[in-house]
Amino acid sequence: MKRHLLTAADLDRDDATLVLDTAAEMARLTEGRSVKKLPTLRGRTVVNLFFEDSTRTRTSFELAAKRLSADVVNFSAKGSSVSKGESLKDTALTLEAMGADGVVVRHWASGAPHRLAYSGWIRSSVVNAGDGTHEHPTQALLDAYTLRRHLGSLDGRRVTVVGDVLHSRVARSNVLLLSTMGAEVTLVGPPTLLPVGVEGWPCQTSYELDPALAKADAVMMLRVQRERMSAAFFPSAREYSRRYGLDARRFALLPEDAVVLHPGPMNRGMEITADVADSDRSVIVEQVTNGVYVRMAVLYLLLGGAS
Amino acid sequence: MTWVVRGARLLGAEPTDLLLRDGRVQEIGTGLDAAGAQVVDADGLVALPGLVDLHTHLREPGREDAETVETGTRAAALGGFTAVHAMANTEPVADTAGVVEQVWRLGREAGHVDVRPVGAVTAGLRGERLAELGAMADSAAQVRVFSDDGRCVADAMLMRRALEYVKAFNGVIAQHAQDPRLTEDAQMNEGELAGRLGLRGWPSVAEEAIVARDVLLAAHVRSHVHVCHVSTQGSVEIIRVAKQRGFPVTAEVTPHHLLLTEDLAASYDPRFKVNPPLRTADDVAALREGLADGTIDAVATDHAPHPAEDKECEWDAAAFGMLGLETALSVVQATMVDTGLLDWAGVAERLSAAPARIGRCDTGDRAQGRPLAQGEPANLVLVDPSASGTVDARELASLSRNTPYDGRALPGRVVATFLRGRPTVLDGKLA
Amino acid sequence: MSTPVSDPSPSARGRSDAPGVLDADDIARALTRIAHEVVERNKGTAGLVVLGIPSRGVPLAKRLAARIAAVEGTEVPVGALDVTMYRDDLRLRPARALEHTDIPPGGVDGKVVVLVDDVLFSGRTIRAALTALDDVGRPAAIRLAVLVDRGHRELPIRPDHVGKNIPTSLRESVKVHLDEIDGHDAVLIDAAGDGVR
Repeated sequence: MKRHLLTAADLDRDDATLVLDTAAEMARLTEGRSVKKLPTLRGRTVVNLFFEDSTRTRTSFELAAKRLSADVVNFSAKGSSVSKGESLKDTALTLEAMGADGVVVRHWASGAPHRLAYSGWIRSSVVNAGDGTHEHPTQALLDAYTLRRHLGSLDGRRVTVVGDVLHSRVARSNVLLLSTMGAEVTLVGPPTLLPVGVEGWPCQTSYELDPALAKADAVMMLRVQRERMSAAFFPSAREYSRRYGLDARRFALLPEDAVVLHPGPMNRGMEITADVADSDRSVIVEQVTNGVYVRMAVLYLLLGGAS
Repeated sequence: MTWVVRGARLLGAEPTDLLLRDGRVQEIGTGLDAAGAQVVDADGLVALPGLVDLHTHLREPGREDAETVETGTRAAALGGFTAVHAMANTEPVADTAGVVEQVWRLGREAGHVDVRPVGAVTAGLRGERLAELGAMADSAAQVRVFSDDGRCVADAMLMRRALEYVKAFNGVIAQHAQDPRLTEDAQMNEGELAGRLGLRGWPSVAEEAIVARDVLLAAHVRSHVHVCHVSTQGSVEIIRVAKQRGFPVTAEVTPHHLLLTEDLAASYDPRFKVNPPLRTADDVAALREGLADGTIDAVATDHAPHPAEDKECEWDAAAFGMLGLETALSVVQATMVDTGLLDWAGVAERLSAAPARIGRCDTGDRAQGRPLAQGEPANLVLVDPSASGTVDARELASLSRNTPYDGRALPGRVVATFLRGRPTVLDGKLA
Repeated sequence: MSTPVSDPSPSARGRSDAPGVLDADDIARALTRIAHEVVERNKGTAGLVVLGIPSRGVPLAKRLAARIAAVEGTEVPVGALDVTMYRDDLRLRPARALEHTDIPPGGVDGKVVVLVDDVLFSGRTIRAALTALDDVGRPAAIRLAVLVDRGHRELPIRPDHVGKNIPTSLRESVKVHLDEIDGHDAVLIDAAGDGVR
């Protein structure tokens, strides 16, 4: 595996399989034990560098690092496009001075982890925990892990991803990773929310949701923000959920064994109704649990061996 | 001071000598000499008329942390320029006689090149109402080029009025063509790469739609519109058709748009972030062709210095812009001369004569862009096309370091620059 | 026990015909003997848990458990204990893929754990296994059964049950082949081996 995990494109099929297999072992090792700790990252320092608030992802990484006995430092940097705060470079130099071995970074700007990894400011391994609208590779990994648990091999499996693809880093990472693992991905959304050039992505696209459900093995609903209305991406929340929301009627169109995923946080009533989110074929809660194991695997593979 | 330039190839022609006296080219011939004259050995060097930049950001007043008139004009002289047009997006904005006269005076005091201040079209660049264009035209700075560059004059009615108004003093409106509504928070060229990188796109149509509108407006009110930093194939096609129809339009292209493409953005290194953005190879090819066939009249650097902290950060937070003065001629040589698209006479036209005409500074006692001929002002640059070097950002005279060519080999080297018979650069260094 | 007809190398001392040191029958007999020793020491099968260390310790553990069951007539819990993450040489190489850990449902608390591995060498793998077991629970006792002890201990670790003692030089490496993984049973010595532990 490469030194950094910045994009799902960093992982070829063998790498991805290694991460998922390792995550499965991590799960087996920690479940059912009273002491859920492994000593592998003892003496390593992992810094959670979050420029964007995200309790869910940050605690997932924190838990993962702690379960591997790493020392964890949480760095909440309040730098926004309006108030720069401490610059990315200065923060990086501070972390380097503190001796961080691994930096998990979430940033509102696409490419910020890339800058950290290649600017020469730090020597640590960089894990992208979500950068702007670019990528969120560990989310794609935990989604693939969850799918594998329910569907077995992902070869030839049909996954439909629905929603605001244009602004979704989860969508980008998932398209890359799922196609690497042999799955067939279909992106569904209104034309305004599918990026220019999406025809060049390794997936199909469609403006209609219903036909993309009948043969799907899994449906992944992306979060759609109501505020996108004001930039005219869709006329109203009502029209959006009517045309692209996963409600009970659409849920019934899915094959019996299909599962429903969502990266969270959900906009109940917008892209997904409450009864679907809480149904027994929804694996949304399980995704969160799996996130810790996948992140343990990533941290182990990046930081557990020679640096 | 009298100078003899020996053995220079005028516009690439056979070697000849030039005798410079009292600020003018006194004689051109072979075997020239004069008592007490300093000699410049120009063996192997090409002589061009002093370059004229239609589009430079000197940042003073207000952003002296990035550049000053002194440092910017030094960079210009080293790049072979004898005149630059300083854009108005300073702090305060150059929208009054007071500010343009200040910039003009700073230029004279520095003495490296003629600084011709550009006046803002709208007050404060806010796009709401016209600035005092007449006052700026009448000032000591004698402004003739007006531009809101940095921003687009988007309101069609306001653009029409501006085009009409400047006819009174033979002015020209230089438009930064960018529909603001189509490019809100745009970061790089809109296309497949932007979608993959998660960077908001700046679609070509946002430039082309404004260019199309403005050439029609200019024709309708019979006033001269100049299109700044043309960057797309579509814009070139629109301008070509407009010229065929006799519309009063001129256009410029930057050196970086002749050479660099959007793939450089994949590194997320903001050295490659610029407005208008770097585009595709097809756009680059169309721009080169347009410059070769005259659809694009001039090369203008859009020299845009920025301090390190505005470029050493994440892409979204970084400022738009690249340095250009010191590397312009080398990039033009690499993309146009060495590829056979333009000869040195063509370079003289695109980088000296045409920009001076467009800027209305090709007449009078401080005329620029004049041909290298007897009796004309002695504004010239001597360049060694066979030299090559690797650009080192730290070695540039500019106060800032944001050049996209750092570490890149480029051909050609400016050896000497003369401003009205006085050397500003000798042996590649400031004189 | 047979001595080679002609083998001048001192490292051949105490070995049967090189290069194959043990054949399938030798291995089978060794495992049977170890099974008896385990049961004898434990006075039956009560509380026994057999854990193999991947990779080849696992099929050996399964065979051992099967023989114990054949001897005593009761099933013995058997599983696997991966020690990759507990190795003391983790930082010397890029992170390794994990092997499979499988602790039988009864756990290890209060049990007599018999660790099984194919070759005992420096002792570091076993030390890692002891640390790994620590995180699983608290056995009443831990015993060690190995198919081959090749000497060169670097830690104070000693086996309780040994299939065969094979003195080796550091330049050699001992290769164990098992039917479940390699398609046949054999123990070989590779003279040009890198002595990898």
